[in-house]
Amino acid sequence: MAAAAAGAGSGPWAAQEKQFPPALLSFFIYNPRFGPREGQEENKILFYHPNEVEKNEKIRNVGLCEAIVQFTRTFSPSKPAKSLHTQKNRQFFNEPEENFWMVMVVRNPIIEKQSKDGKPVIEYQEEELLDKVYSSVLRQCYSMYKLFNGTFLKAMEDGGVKLLKERLEKFFHRYLQTLHLQSCDLLDIFGGISFFPLDKMTYLKIQSFINRMEESLNIVKYTAFLYNDQLIWSGLEQDDMRILYKYLTTSLFPRHIEPELAGRDSPIRAEMPGNLQHYGRFLTGPLNLNDPDAKCRFPKIFVNTDDTYEELHLIVYKTELRPSSYTQSEASISASVHPTLDFCRRLDSIVGPQLTVLASDICEQFNINKRMSGSEKEPQFKFIYFNHMNLAEKSTVHMRKTPSVSLTSVHPDLMKILGDINSDFTRVDEDEEIIVKAMSDYWVVGKKSDRRELYVILNQKNANLIEVNEEVKKLCATQFNNIFFLD
Amino acid sequence: MGEEDYYLELCERPVQFEKANPVNCVFFDEANKQVFAVRSGGATGVVVKGPDDRNPISFRMDDKGEVKCIKFSLENKILAVQRTSKTVDFCNFIPDNSQLEYTQECKTKNANILGFCWTSSTEIVFITDQGIEFYQVLPEKRSLKLLKSHNLNVNWYMYCPESAVILLSTTVLENVLQPFHFRAGTMSKLPKFEIELPAAPKSTKPSLSERDIAMATMFKRFSCLSLPSSWDYRYGQLYVLFLRHHSRTSNSTGAEVVLYHLPREGACKKMHILKLNRTGKFALNVVDNLVVVHHQDTETSVIFDIKLRGEFDGSVTFHHPVLPARSIQPYQIPITGPAAVTSQSPVPCKLYSSSWIVFQPDIIISASQGYLWNLQVKLEPIVNLLPDKGRLMDFLLQRKECKMVILSVCSQMLSESDRASLPVIATVFDKLNHEYKKYLDAEQSYAMAVEAGQSRSSPLLKRPVRTQAVLDQSDVYTHVLSAFVEKKEMPHKFVIAVLMEYIRSLNQFQIAVQHYLHELVIKTLVQHNLFYMLHQFLQYHVLSDSKPLACLLLSLESFYPPAHQLSLDMLKRLSTANDEIVEVLLSKHQVLAALRFIRGIGGHDNISARKFLDAAKQTEDNMLFYTIFRFFEQRNQRLRGSPNFTPGEHCEEHVAFFKQIFGDQALMRPTTF
Repeated sequence: MAAAAAGAGSGPWAAQEKQFPPALLSFFIYNPRFGPREGQEENKILFYHPNEVEKNEKIRNVGLCEAIVQFTRTFSPSKPAKSLHTQKNRQFFNEPEENFWMVMVVRNPIIEKQSKDGKPVIEYQEEELLDKVYSSVLRQCYSMYKLFNGTFLKAMEDGGVKLLKERLEKFFHRYLQTLHLQSCDLLDIFGGISFFPLDKMTYLKIQSFINRMEESLNIVKYTAFLYNDQLIWSGLEQDDMRILYKYLTTSLFPRHIEPELAGRDSPIRAEMPGNLQHYGRFLTGPLNLNDPDAKCRFPKIFVNTDDTYEELHLIVYKTELRPSSYTQSEASISASVHPTLDFCRRLDSIVGPQLTVLASDICEQFNINKRMSGSEKEPQFKFIYFNHMNLAEKSTVHMRKTPSVSLTSVHPDLMKILGDINSDFTRVDEDEEIIVKAMSDYWVVGKKSDRRELYVILNQKNANLIEVNEEVKKLCATQFNNIFFLD
Repeated sequence: MGEEDYYLELCERPVQFEKANPVNCVFFDEANKQVFAVRSGGATGVVVKGPDDRNPISFRMDDKGEVKCIKFSLENKILAVQRTSKTVDFCNFIPDNSQLEYTQECKTKNANILGFCWTSSTEIVFITDQGIEFYQVLPEKRSLKLLKSHNLNVNWYMYCPESAVILLSTTVLENVLQPFHFRAGTMSKLPKFEIELPAAPKSTKPSLSERDIAMATMFKRFSCLSLPSSWDYRYGQLYVLFLRHHSRTSNSTGAEVVLYHLPREGACKKMHILKLNRTGKFALNVVDNLVVVHHQDTETSVIFDIKLRGEFDGSVTFHHPVLPARSIQPYQIPITGPAAVTSQSPVPCKLYSSSWIVFQPDIIISASQGYLWNLQVKLEPIVNLLPDKGRLMDFLLQRKECKMVILSVCSQMLSESDRASLPVIATVFDKLNHEYKKYLDAEQSYAMAVEAGQSRSSPLLKRPVRTQAVLDQSDVYTHVLSAFVEKKEMPHKFVIAVLMEYIRSLNQFQIAVQHYLHELVIKTLVQHNLFYMLHQFLQYHVLSDSKPLACLLLSLESFYPPAHQLSLDMLKRLSTANDEIVEVLLSKHQVLAALRFIRGIGGHDNISARKFLDAAKQTEDNMLFYTIFRFFEQRNQRLRGSPNFTPGEHCEEHVAFFKQIFGDQALMRPTTF
């Protein structure tokens, strides 16, 4: 198995080796219809990163991609090439809207070795990158763009190529800096949602709260409810929620946590007279509700783009049980009409106190759950679970996400094995199970059962195949006893 | 004032009797609720009419002087007539007993009989100005036996037949009341209590008038469980109502009704004060656990519900009228006899007439017109008079005939025009389910008590009675929700919010939600393509697992593929649906998965080989068929020592098919030892 590849950089020669993670080389968007004739090629390019690249090179690179896609289409008309492997880099192609192509070029990881004569020798690791991971990242780029800007086509209708180019430039200029290609893994393929486990009664209370709030604030169209970065309820459809969840948990929330951890309390509360004791505030929109000049600017989001094409304002409101505490619940609310300051005050007065009460209910649940699971000792395994049907994702491999990187607690080689198993699963429809013996006493087990995938990493010395199988069975019986998981 | 505004009415079919006049005396017996019309001292006939018996009792008796009081014992067994202030005459109405009158003189010397009360079919109490005497009547011997007596000065007395309590007014101010309770040959003295009289001008002597006191039982409970025999349970709570014309505190104007609670044990306690905010002549009734106060000057009445929240000052609760004052609904005197044939229009009846006499609990008598009515409360008009839905529910849930009215209130608050807000709807559901849960709990403890065999040892253990206030899920579903979800004009967001609110409320009271409610939620979500919402509800087990629900989900698979997974998960959790899981997998041609599943739970020795072989054959996957066939051959070998199928398994067709494809030699050979 692929796990034969070096057991991490911990040998005596480690100091002589330098590793460079994969990096974004270029990223561009084009539409071949915009410059069909010779001499007009530049018109095809809608966005190009890095912008400093010389014009002719841009045209050449776009032309190459176009040619590859055209060429492969002759062999497979419905599924043209998705990626191109070269020694130094990999190119990923995606056509999210008809004739609009997005291309991402990623440099392969590099190991720089000292040769005997002291000269550095660069070695490209051609097989390290997983197609599925980076194709998913590319698709996510589009989804994220669409969430905040609508479709390419809509921009064309609204203001032609000029407007589209402006939007792309404005969005991707910042977004590409947040990609962090070195830490992409299996979870990027799944694009899953972590759900907060909750008892029925508390869940129904939340339902009731949301319904009442939507009734009294009638410009509210959809509501999502999260607790500690985990989703509890989404009124939005699954696909829209998936990308919004990604935005909230990897971008918006982490940005607001850092100043808090630095000990800076939100300044709004203390001076609000007659306000019930609650620590609610807007993560989007006005900072200070008492300031009559406070700007009520909310990001616009676009949902149901295949269908009703709704343009909404994203209001994110958050309460904490105590200032700067870890437990928090966030309600992300989508309103149809532009919310006014007056609306924000009403929302604050309605949602703030109730959300605080709910948060303490949930916190209680959370502690009960923790106590119940806490009695067990540190398990001998780590796992990743994903269900394609509801996008539910659970990982004990990953630590808490920070805005910059998602940290894993296992070696990258093991993560790569997980990715490989996932690729194998994609090739067949049948349920199956793959068990891999990896380096250093690790066993990796992949199970697929009716659109669910489970990956387990076991660290058991001298375990044999039968014991590993038993261990995974036990895990399924304890962690997944309420779902139908085939043995 | 529209007709729909009146919330009090006189009963449609009153008891009619001959009007009071110089030759015809009319008496009313509160115990049997009978009216006696005594013509010429009984010589020309006595007619007795009760509210239930449409056939009046009529008889004659000798005119032995003016009749002061006349009453049947319970069940009309013995007639007692008081003609003098010292004696009471008796006459048996029991077949085969002598009908000759017999007489009993009161035992206390120089005492005058104020009146008498029957406490059972053969027990009678004489109330004299010097005390009370409790007798047993021996009809066959035509004599009475004194059971017990008690001496004290009595101004006047009052009897509450429902609780068998006699209240005696004593002392000069008449305001110290001494209650006695009678039961099966025993007389017990209860603690006396004093009614606080309002401050009166010095010139007049204050005193408590009999007219200002009434007794009534309210809130008779129906469930009696394992608690010791208690008066409060069996008869409801006994209240003494005192109409105080002027408040003791000078700053408040208007009369008030003070309610004293008279418990079986312990002292009487002042509990409630009903603020009338007006002065004048009043009369009291108690109807359907409501205190009705009639006001003659304005010819209107108000009602009070002491179960509704009032202002509590630490010792008593102050109440205001539940509704604005209204007249009793105008009443037309029905024309009877030959006049009815002619097209004469019915005569409107004079309401609040000064000739009306009011008796507890709900009786109004017009002696001059010859009618006895029961006062009734109409609930429908109240729905519109009480805008606060929570208070309206509290009010309605205490009423006897409330079910249909409550259901119509629920339908109304979900209608397009009168739509209530979700918090209000939630409050209403919570109140309904609170009542529903109380009943379920009573049922459950009854069932447990029966199971534990307490029914024989404790005769008091009774099955809880289901009052109309118990509205279960099927009531709400049938009369409210099923019609509500059908309304096309309703925004689906609201429909779903209401259904979830009802389910939330049921869960809050720990009532198991019925399958049809879940089905309603699913149906509504599916209708509006809200599959993701449905998925989330199932994910958090808001819709409880059940086989019917799992089957419903299976049927949704073609619209929403994840329904398949949801269904299988649910069947798995039920843990009683393993056969269903196998069927589902086989129908999906997942033969191997089905076999592995059944083997995993240890059921593979009992499954039908034919079923699996059929499914395997249908897949047209020969290797799969081979695998399955081999599995069963091995099972046969293990269970019966031979790989061959028995005729009972009906697998001949599959054996032939196997041979055809893989040849005879591929069949497993019996192991020989």
